[in-house]
Amino acid sequence: MNTQTLEPIIRGHPFFDGVNPALIGLIVGCARNARFEEGHILFREGDPADSFYLIRDGRVAVEAMIPQRGYTTVQTINAGEVVGWSWLLPPFKWHYDARVIKPVRAVVFDGKCLREQCEKNHDLGYEMLKRISQVIAGRLEATRLQLLDVYGANA
Amino acid sequence: MAPMLETVPTAAVQPEPMLPELFRVQRLRQDSHDTFAIELVPLNPAFPMAFVPGQFVMAWVMGVGEAPFTLSHDPAETGHWELSTRVVGNVTRALRQLKEGDIVGLRGPLGTGWPLEQAVGRDVVLVAGGVGMSQLWPALCVLMRQRKNYERVSLVYGARTPEDLLYYTQLRQWKEAGLLELYCTVDRATRAWKGHVGVLSTLIPRLPCDSASALAMVCGPEVMTRFALYELGARGLAPEQIYIYLQRNMQCGIGLCGHCQLGPFFVCTHGPVFRYDRVQSLLTKPEV
Repeated sequence: MNTQTLEPIIRGHPFFDGVNPALIGLIVGCARNARFEEGHILFREGDPADSFYLIRDGRVAVEAMIPQRGYTTVQTINAGEVVGWSWLLPPFKWHYDARVIKPVRAVVFDGKCLREQCEKNHDLGYEMLKRISQVIAGRLEATRLQLLDVYGANA
Repeated sequence: MAPMLETVPTAAVQPEPMLPELFRVQRLRQDSHDTFAIELVPLNPAFPMAFVPGQFVMAWVMGVGEAPFTLSHDPAETGHWELSTRVVGNVTRALRQLKEGDIVGLRGPLGTGWPLEQAVGRDVVLVAGGVGMSQLWPALCVLMRQRKNYERVSLVYGARTPEDLLYYTQLRQWKEAGLLELYCTVDRATRAWKGHVGVLSTLIPRLPCDSASALAMVCGPEVMTRFALYELGARGLAPEQIYIYLQRNMQCGIGLCGHCQLGPFFVCTHGPVFRYDRVQSLLTKPEV
Protein backbone atom coordinates (compact mmCIF):
# COMPACT_ATOMS: atom_id res chain seq x y z
CA MET A 1 0.00 0.00 0.00
CA ASN A 2 1.41 3.40 -0.83
CA THR A 3 1.60 6.30 1.59
CA GLN A 4 -1.26 8.19 -0.07
CA THR A 5 -3.73 5.50 0.94
CA LEU A 6 -2.25 5.15 4.43
CA GLU A 7 -3.12 8.73 5.39
CA PRO A 8 -6.89 8.18 5.81
CA ILE A 9 -6.20 5.00 7.76
CA ILE A 10 -3.94 6.89 10.15
CA ARG A 11 -6.43 9.72 10.45
CA GLY A 12 -9.22 7.25 11.17
CA HIS A 13 -7.38 5.58 14.04
CA PRO A 14 -8.65 6.70 17.48
CA PHE A 15 -5.11 7.68 18.54
CA PHE A 16 -5.07 10.43 15.89
CA ASP A 17 -8.70 11.44 16.33
CA GLY A 18 -9.01 15.18 15.71
CA VAL A 19 -5.38 15.81 14.73
CA ASN A 20 -4.79 18.47 12.10
CA PRO A 21 -4.49 16.56 8.79
CA ALA A 22 -1.48 18.70 7.87
CA LEU A 23 0.42 17.23 10.83
CA ILE A 24 -0.51 13.71 9.75
CA GLY A 25 0.86 14.58 6.33
CA LEU A 26 4.24 15.13 8.01
CA ILE A 27 4.43 11.64 9.43
CA VAL A 28 2.73 9.50 6.84
CA GLY A 29 6.11 8.97 5.22
CA CYS A 30 7.30 7.27 8.41
CA ALA A 31 4.48 4.72 8.25
CA ARG A 32 3.95 1.34 6.65
CA ASN A 33 1.07 -1.06 6.65
CA ALA A 34 1.69 -4.45 8.24
CA ARG A 35 0.10 -7.76 9.17
CA PHE A 36 1.39 -10.06 11.86
CA GLU A 37 0.36 -13.64 12.47
CA GLU A 38 -0.45 -15.14 15.84
CA GLY A 39 2.75 -15.83 17.77
CA HIS A 40 4.77 -13.13 16.03
CA ILE A 41 7.02 -11.20 18.41
CA LEU A 42 6.74 -7.47 17.75
CA PHE A 43 9.66 -6.71 20.02
CA ARG A 44 11.63 -8.06 22.93
CA GLU A 45 12.71 -6.50 26.19
CA GLY A 46 16.00 -4.64 25.79
CA ASP A 47 15.79 -4.29 22.00
CA PRO A 48 16.00 -0.80 20.49
CA ALA A 49 12.55 0.83 20.54
CA ASP A 50 12.38 1.82 16.92
CA SER A 51 8.68 1.33 16.14
CA PHE A 52 5.27 2.63 17.09
CA TYR A 53 2.22 0.48 16.29
CA LEU A 54 -1.33 1.63 15.63
CA ILE A 55 -3.39 -1.52 16.07
CA ARG A 56 -6.25 -1.72 13.56
CA ASP A 57 -7.28 -5.30 14.25
CA GLY A 58 -6.27 -8.17 16.47
CA ARG A 59 -4.67 -8.39 19.89
CA VAL A 60 -1.16 -8.01 21.27
CA ALA A 61 0.05 -9.29 24.64
CA VAL A 62 2.61 -7.29 26.58
CA GLU A 63 4.64 -9.84 28.47
CA ALA A 64 7.32 -10.02 31.12
CA MET A 65 9.62 -12.98 31.51
CA ILE A 66 9.69 -13.99 35.17
CA PRO A 67 12.39 -16.52 36.11
CA GLN A 68 10.96 -19.87 37.24
CA ARG A 69 7.45 -18.70 36.29
CA GLY A 70 7.84 -18.12 32.58
CA TYR A 71 6.11 -15.49 30.50
CA THR A 72 3.35 -13.55 32.23
CA THR A 73 0.98 -11.34 30.29
CA VAL A 74 0.58 -8.04 32.09
CA GLN A 75 -1.64 -6.32 29.54
CA THR A 76 -3.33 -6.91 26.21
CA ILE A 77 -3.74 -4.25 23.54
CA ASN A 78 -6.62 -4.33 21.08
CA ALA A 79 -7.91 -2.72 17.92
CA GLY A 80 -8.03 1.07 18.24
CA GLU A 81 -5.15 1.17 20.70
CA VAL A 82 -1.40 1.65 20.30
CA VAL A 83 1.65 -0.36 21.23
CA GLY A 84 4.81 1.29 22.47
CA TRP A 85 5.88 4.67 23.72
CA SER A 86 9.54 3.82 24.32
CA TRP A 87 10.39 5.10 20.83
CA LEU A 88 9.72 8.62 22.18
CA LEU A 89 11.61 8.48 25.46
CA PRO A 90 15.32 7.81 26.11
CA PRO A 91 16.96 5.33 26.29
CA PHE A 92 14.71 4.17 23.39
CA LYS A 93 14.66 0.54 24.55
CA TRP A 94 11.69 -1.78 25.04
CA HIS A 95 10.96 -2.71 28.63
CA TYR A 96 8.67 -5.66 27.87
CA ASP A 97 8.06 -8.20 25.15
CA ALA A 98 5.08 -7.81 22.82
CA ARG A 99 3.57 -10.90 21.17
CA VAL A 100 0.67 -11.18 18.77
CA ILE A 101 -2.10 -13.40 20.22
CA LYS A 102 -4.76 -12.67 17.58
CA PRO A 103 -3.69 -11.84 14.02
CA VAL A 104 -2.90 -8.14 13.82
CA ARG A 105 -3.33 -5.52 11.13
CA ALA A 106 -1.37 -2.43 12.07
CA VAL A 107 0.19 0.77 10.85
CA VAL A 108 3.82 0.69 11.94
CA PHE A 109 5.76 3.93 12.27
CA ASP A 110 9.52 4.14 12.20
CA GLY A 111 10.32 5.55 15.64
CA LYS A 112 13.48 7.39 14.60
CA CYS A 113 11.65 9.02 11.69
CA LEU A 114 8.80 10.07 14.01
CA ARG A 115 11.25 11.56 16.52
CA GLU A 116 12.96 13.55 13.78
CA GLN A 117 9.64 14.92 12.54
CA CYS A 118 8.64 15.84 16.08
CA GLU A 119 11.92 17.71 16.56
CA LYS A 120 11.50 19.54 13.27
CA ASN A 121 7.90 20.55 13.92
CA HIS A 122 7.07 21.22 17.54
CA ASP A 123 3.33 21.45 16.85
CA LEU A 124 3.54 17.84 15.76
CA GLY A 125 5.83 17.02 18.68
CA TYR A 126 3.44 18.57 21.20
CA GLU A 127 0.47 16.79 19.65
CA MET A 128 2.26 13.43 19.81
CA LEU A 129 3.40 14.09 23.36
CA LYS A 130 -0.14 14.95 24.51
CA ARG A 131 -1.56 11.80 23.01
CA ILE A 132 1.20 9.51 24.21
CA SER A 133 0.83 11.09 27.68
CA GLN A 134 -2.85 10.11 27.66
CA VAL A 135 -1.92 6.55 26.82
CA ILE A 136 0.73 6.49 29.56
CA ALA A 137 -1.67 8.04 32.10
CA GLY A 138 -4.34 5.47 31.27
CA ARG A 139 -1.92 2.63 31.67
CA LEU A 140 -0.52 4.07 34.90
CA GLU A 141 -4.04 4.24 36.32
CA ALA A 142 -4.72 0.69 35.19
CA THR A 143 -1.46 -0.50 36.73
CA ARG A 144 -2.32 1.15 40.05
CA LEU A 145 -5.65 -0.65 40.05
CA GLN A 146 -3.94 -3.94 39.31
CA LEU A 147 -1.51 -3.29 42.17
CA LEU A 148 -4.47 -2.81 44.51
CA ASP A 149 -5.34 -6.45 43.80
CA VAL A 150 -9.02 -5.58 44.03
CA TYR A 151 -10.12 -9.17 43.50
CA GLY A 152 -7.99 -10.51 46.34
CA ALA A 153 -9.50 -11.96 49.50
CA ASN A 154 -8.63 -8.85 51.49
CA ALA A 155 -9.96 -6.34 48.97
CA MET B 1 -31.91 16.70 52.63
CA ALA B 2 -31.91 12.94 53.02
CA PRO B 3 -32.88 10.96 49.89
CA MET B 4 -36.33 9.39 49.83
CA LEU B 5 -36.27 5.79 50.99
CA GLU B 6 -37.73 3.14 48.75
CA THR B 7 -40.14 0.42 49.66
CA VAL B 8 -38.15 -2.77 50.08
CA PRO B 9 -39.22 -5.55 47.71
CA THR B 10 -38.74 -9.06 49.01
CA ALA B 11 -39.78 -12.40 47.61
CA ALA B 12 -41.40 -13.55 50.81
CA VAL B 13 -41.91 -11.85 54.16
CA GLN B 14 -40.85 -14.18 56.92
CA PRO B 15 -43.12 -14.07 59.97
CA GLU B 16 -40.13 -14.43 62.31
CA PRO B 17 -37.24 -12.69 60.52
CA MET B 18 -34.75 -13.30 63.33
CA LEU B 19 -35.54 -17.01 63.56
CA PRO B 20 -33.34 -19.13 61.28
CA GLU B 21 -34.87 -21.83 59.14
CA LEU B 22 -32.91 -25.08 59.23
CA PHE B 23 -31.31 -26.29 55.99
CA ARG B 24 -29.35 -29.43 55.19
CA VAL B 25 -26.15 -29.33 53.15
CA GLN B 26 -26.95 -31.21 49.95
CA ARG B 27 -23.76 -30.63 48.00
CA LEU B 28 -20.45 -28.77 48.11
CA ARG B 29 -18.71 -27.67 44.93
CA GLN B 30 -15.27 -26.18 44.42
CA ASP B 31 -15.60 -23.52 41.69
CA SER B 32 -12.02 -22.21 41.72
CA HIS B 33 -8.95 -22.61 43.88
CA ASP B 34 -10.50 -20.38 46.57
CA THR B 35 -14.21 -20.15 45.74
CA PHE B 36 -16.76 -22.79 46.65
CA ALA B 37 -20.53 -23.19 46.46
CA ILE B 38 -22.74 -24.86 49.00
CA GLU B 39 -26.15 -26.21 48.04
CA LEU B 40 -28.77 -26.26 50.77
CA VAL B 41 -32.26 -27.75 51.08
CA PRO B 42 -34.78 -26.81 53.79
CA LEU B 43 -35.79 -29.38 56.37
CA ASN B 44 -39.31 -28.00 56.05
CA PRO B 45 -40.42 -28.93 52.50
CA ALA B 46 -43.13 -26.24 52.65
CA PHE B 47 -40.58 -23.45 53.15
CA PRO B 48 -41.04 -20.82 50.37
CA MET B 49 -37.90 -20.85 48.20
CA ALA B 50 -38.70 -17.96 45.85
CA PHE B 51 -36.25 -15.06 45.85
CA VAL B 52 -35.37 -12.05 43.75
CA PRO B 53 -31.89 -12.21 42.10
CA GLY B 54 -29.57 -10.11 44.25
CA GLN B 55 -31.25 -10.91 47.55
CA PHE B 56 -29.18 -12.38 50.35
CA VAL B 57 -29.58 -14.63 53.36
CA MET B 58 -27.98 -14.63 56.78
CA ALA B 59 -26.29 -18.02 57.19
CA TRP B 60 -25.75 -19.33 60.70
CA VAL B 61 -23.15 -22.01 61.34
CA MET B 62 -24.01 -23.31 64.76
CA GLY B 63 -21.44 -22.48 67.40
CA VAL B 64 -19.53 -20.20 65.05
CA GLY B 65 -21.68 -17.28 63.95
CA GLU B 66 -23.79 -15.72 61.26
CA ALA B 67 -22.83 -13.88 58.07
CA PRO B 68 -24.58 -12.56 54.94
CA PHE B 69 -24.40 -14.43 51.61
CA THR B 70 -26.07 -13.57 48.33
CA LEU B 71 -28.15 -16.37 46.86
CA SER B 72 -26.13 -17.41 43.82
CA HIS B 73 -28.17 -19.85 41.79
CA ASP B 74 -30.73 -19.66 39.01
CA PRO B 75 -34.07 -18.77 40.66
CA ALA B 76 -35.71 -21.33 38.38
CA GLU B 77 -34.01 -24.03 40.44
CA THR B 78 -36.52 -23.98 43.25
CA GLY B 79 -35.50 -27.13 45.10
CA HIS B 80 -32.49 -25.67 46.83
CA TRP B 81 -30.63 -22.49 47.69
CA GLU B 82 -26.98 -22.01 46.82
CA LEU B 83 -24.37 -19.81 48.42
CA SER B 84 -21.10 -19.10 46.62
CA THR B 85 -18.20 -17.65 48.55
CA ARG B 86 -14.58 -18.02 49.49
CA VAL B 87 -12.90 -18.35 52.84
CA VAL B 88 -12.48 -14.87 54.28
CA GLY B 89 -13.45 -15.28 57.94
CA ASN B 90 -14.71 -17.58 60.66
CA VAL B 91 -18.15 -18.28 59.19
CA THR B 92 -16.92 -18.94 55.66
CA ARG B 93 -14.15 -21.15 57.04
CA ALA B 94 -16.73 -23.13 59.00
CA LEU B 95 -18.99 -23.37 55.94
CA ARG B 96 -16.08 -24.76 53.94
CA GLN B 97 -15.62 -27.50 56.54
CA LEU B 98 -19.24 -28.63 56.47
CA LYS B 99 -20.11 -32.03 55.05
CA GLU B 100 -23.13 -33.25 53.15
CA GLY B 101 -25.97 -33.74 55.61
CA ASP B 102 -24.79 -31.08 58.08
CA ILE B 103 -27.34 -28.54 59.25
CA VAL B 104 -27.12 -24.73 59.02
CA GLY B 105 -29.64 -22.00 59.78
CA LEU B 106 -30.67 -19.45 57.18
CA ARG B 107 -32.69 -16.25 57.50
CA GLY B 108 -34.10 -14.69 54.40
CA PRO B 109 -34.30 -13.95 51.57
CA LEU B 110 -33.49 -10.37 52.57
CA GLY B 111 -32.89 -7.02 50.89
CA THR B 112 -33.48 -5.66 47.42
CA GLY B 113 -32.83 -7.37 44.09
CA TRP B 114 -31.56 -6.47 40.63
CA PRO B 115 -33.99 -4.40 38.51
CA LEU B 116 -34.82 -7.04 35.93
CA GLU B 117 -38.30 -5.68 35.24
CA GLN B 118 -36.96 -2.19 34.49
CA ALA B 119 -34.48 -3.78 32.08
CA VAL B 120 -37.18 -5.25 29.83
CA GLY B 121 -36.88 -3.91 26.27
CA ARG B 122 -33.51 -2.26 26.92
CA ASP B 123 -29.83 -3.03 26.40
CA VAL B 124 -28.44 -4.52 29.58
CA VAL B 125 -24.85 -4.11 30.71
CA LEU B 126 -23.55 -6.28 33.53
CA VAL B 127 -20.22 -5.49 35.15
CA ALA B 128 -18.83 -8.07 37.56
CA GLY B 129 -15.53 -8.34 39.40
CA GLY B 130 -14.11 -11.32 41.28
CA VAL B 131 -16.67 -13.23 43.36
CA GLY B 132 -19.12 -10.41 42.57
CA MET B 133 -19.95 -12.57 39.55
CA SER B 134 -21.80 -14.99 41.80
CA GLN B 135 -23.98 -12.13 43.07
CA LEU B 136 -24.97 -11.25 39.51
CA TRP B 137 -25.31 -14.85 38.39
CA PRO B 138 -29.01 -15.33 39.31
CA ALA B 139 -29.87 -12.14 37.38
CA LEU B 140 -27.85 -13.29 34.38
CA CYS B 141 -29.62 -16.67 34.43
CA VAL B 142 -32.99 -14.88 34.28
CA LEU B 143 -31.78 -12.61 31.45
CA MET B 144 -30.59 -15.61 29.45
CA ARG B 145 -33.74 -17.63 30.08
CA GLN B 146 -35.99 -14.72 29.12
CA ARG B 147 -33.59 -13.47 26.44
CA LYS B 148 -36.25 -12.24 24.03
CA ASN B 149 -37.46 -9.70 26.60
CA TYR B 150 -34.20 -7.76 26.41
CA GLU B 151 -32.12 -6.09 23.71
CA ARG B 152 -28.33 -6.57 23.73
CA VAL B 153 -27.01 -8.18 26.91
CA SER B 154 -23.32 -7.61 27.67
CA LEU B 155 -21.16 -8.81 30.50
CA VAL B 156 -17.79 -7.32 31.42
CA TYR B 157 -16.17 -9.62 33.92
CA GLY B 158 -12.81 -9.19 35.62
CA ALA B 159 -10.85 -11.56 37.79
CA ARG B 160 -7.32 -12.05 39.03
CA THR B 161 -6.37 -14.87 36.68
CA PRO B 162 -8.21 -17.01 34.09
CA GLU B 163 -8.47 -19.78 36.68
CA ASP B 164 -10.47 -17.43 38.92
CA LEU B 165 -13.21 -16.81 36.34
CA LEU B 166 -16.42 -18.36 37.65
CA TYR B 167 -19.07 -19.98 35.42
CA TYR B 168 -16.71 -19.52 32.45
CA THR B 169 -17.84 -22.60 30.51
CA GLN B 170 -21.50 -21.56 30.67
CA LEU B 171 -20.62 -17.95 29.83
CA ARG B 172 -18.75 -19.10 26.72
CA GLN B 173 -21.70 -21.24 25.68
CA TRP B 174 -24.03 -18.25 25.90
CA LYS B 175 -21.54 -16.17 23.94
CA GLU B 176 -21.20 -18.80 21.23
CA ALA B 177 -25.00 -19.08 21.03
CA GLY B 178 -25.14 -15.34 20.34
CA LEU B 179 -27.06 -14.61 23.53
CA LEU B 180 -24.38 -12.71 25.40
CA GLU B 181 -21.67 -10.19 24.50
CA LEU B 182 -18.88 -11.41 26.76
CA TYR B 183 -15.79 -9.44 27.73
CA CYS B 184 -13.61 -11.23 30.26
CA THR B 185 -10.38 -9.76 31.49
CA VAL B 186 -7.84 -10.79 34.09
CA ASP B 187 -5.07 -9.02 35.94
CA ARG B 188 -2.40 -11.47 34.83
CA ALA B 189 -2.19 -14.61 32.77
CA THR B 190 0.11 -17.16 31.26
CA ARG B 191 0.50 -17.54 27.51
CA ALA B 192 -2.32 -20.09 27.40
CA TRP B 193 -4.86 -17.27 27.87
CA LYS B 194 -5.82 -15.52 24.61
CA GLY B 195 -8.33 -13.13 26.16
CA HIS B 196 -7.94 -9.67 27.61
CA VAL B 197 -5.43 -8.79 30.31
CA GLY B 198 -5.90 -5.49 32.09
CA VAL B 199 -8.40 -3.71 34.25
CA LEU B 200 -12.07 -4.22 33.61
CA SER B 201 -12.90 -0.52 33.25
CA THR B 202 -10.81 -0.27 30.04
CA LEU B 203 -13.28 -2.62 28.29
CA ILE B 204 -16.39 -0.57 29.06
CA PRO B 205 -15.86 1.90 26.17
CA ARG B 206 -16.10 -1.10 23.79
CA LEU B 207 -19.54 -2.21 24.93
CA PRO B 208 -22.21 -2.31 22.27
CA CYS B 209 -25.11 -0.54 23.92
CA ASP B 210 -27.49 2.35 23.49
CA SER B 211 -26.19 4.67 26.18
CA ALA B 212 -29.39 6.69 26.28
CA SER B 213 -31.56 3.78 27.35
CA ALA B 214 -29.28 0.99 28.56
CA LEU B 215 -29.49 -0.27 32.10
CA ALA B 216 -26.32 -1.32 33.93
CA MET B 217 -25.84 -3.57 36.94
CA VAL B 218 -22.45 -3.47 38.67
CA CYS B 219 -21.20 -5.87 41.31
CA GLY B 220 -17.69 -6.33 42.62
CA PRO B 221 -15.08 -4.89 44.95
CA GLU B 222 -15.98 -1.29 45.70
CA VAL B 223 -12.79 0.18 44.20
CA MET B 224 -13.49 -1.67 40.96
CA THR B 225 -17.10 -0.55 41.12
CA ARG B 226 -16.05 3.12 41.42
CA PHE B 227 -13.80 2.94 38.35
CA ALA B 228 -16.47 1.05 36.41
CA LEU B 229 -18.93 3.80 37.33
CA TYR B 230 -16.57 6.48 35.99
CA GLU B 231 -16.35 4.63 32.68
CA LEU B 232 -20.07 3.96 32.46
CA GLY B 233 -20.59 7.69 33.02
CA ALA B 234 -18.06 8.50 30.30
CA ARG B 235 -19.93 6.03 28.07
CA GLY B 236 -23.01 8.21 28.51
CA LEU B 237 -25.04 6.30 31.09
CA ALA B 238 -26.74 8.52 33.67
CA PRO B 239 -26.56 7.50 37.34
CA GLU B 240 -30.30 6.70 37.17
CA GLN B 241 -29.48 3.98 34.61
CA ILE B 242 -26.98 2.21 36.86
CA TYR B 243 -27.57 -0.15 39.78
CA ILE B 244 -24.79 -1.19 42.10
CA TYR B 245 -24.38 -3.83 44.77
CA LEU B 246 -23.00 -2.55 48.07
CA GLN B 247 -21.51 -4.64 50.81
CA ARG B 248 -21.35 -3.51 54.39
CA ASN B 249 -21.24 -5.13 57.81
CA MET B 250 -24.71 -6.67 57.81
CA GLN B 251 -25.66 -8.34 61.07
CA CYS B 252 -29.39 -8.34 61.80
CA GLY B 253 -30.33 -8.21 58.12
CA ILE B 254 -33.62 -6.45 58.82
CA GLY B 255 -32.67 -2.84 59.43
CA LEU B 256 -32.64 -2.87 63.23
CA CYS B 257 -29.07 -3.03 64.47
CA GLY B 258 -27.57 -0.24 62.33
CA HIS B 259 -24.23 -1.96 61.65
CA CYS B 260 -24.65 -1.61 57.90
CA GLN B 261 -25.89 1.98 57.98
CA LEU B 262 -24.71 4.11 55.07
CA GLY B 263 -25.87 7.68 55.55
CA PRO B 264 -29.68 7.51 55.58
CA PHE B 265 -29.73 3.91 54.34
CA PHE B 266 -29.50 0.48 55.87
CA VAL B 267 -27.70 -1.61 53.28
CA CYS B 268 -29.49 -4.76 54.47
CA THR B 269 -32.99 -3.45 53.76
CA HIS B 270 -32.66 -0.52 51.34
CA GLY B 271 -29.96 -2.50 49.53
CA PRO B 272 -27.78 -4.33 48.85
CA VAL B 273 -28.82 -3.32 45.31
CA PHE B 274 -29.05 0.47 45.03
CA ARG B 275 -29.76 2.77 42.15
CA TYR B 276 -26.49 4.65 41.80
CA ASP B 277 -27.88 8.19 41.99
CA ARG B 278 -29.24 7.47 45.48
CA VAL B 279 -25.85 6.58 46.94
CA GLN B 280 -23.50 8.44 44.60
CA SER B 281 -22.59 11.10 47.14
CA LEU B 282 -21.88 8.51 49.83
CA LEU B 283 -19.48 6.23 48.00
CA THR B 284 -16.28 8.24 48.27
CA LYS B 285 -16.78 9.51 51.81
CA PRO B 286 -14.40 7.89 54.30
CA GLU B 287 -17.10 8.09 56.99
CA VAL B 288 -20.81 8.83 56.86
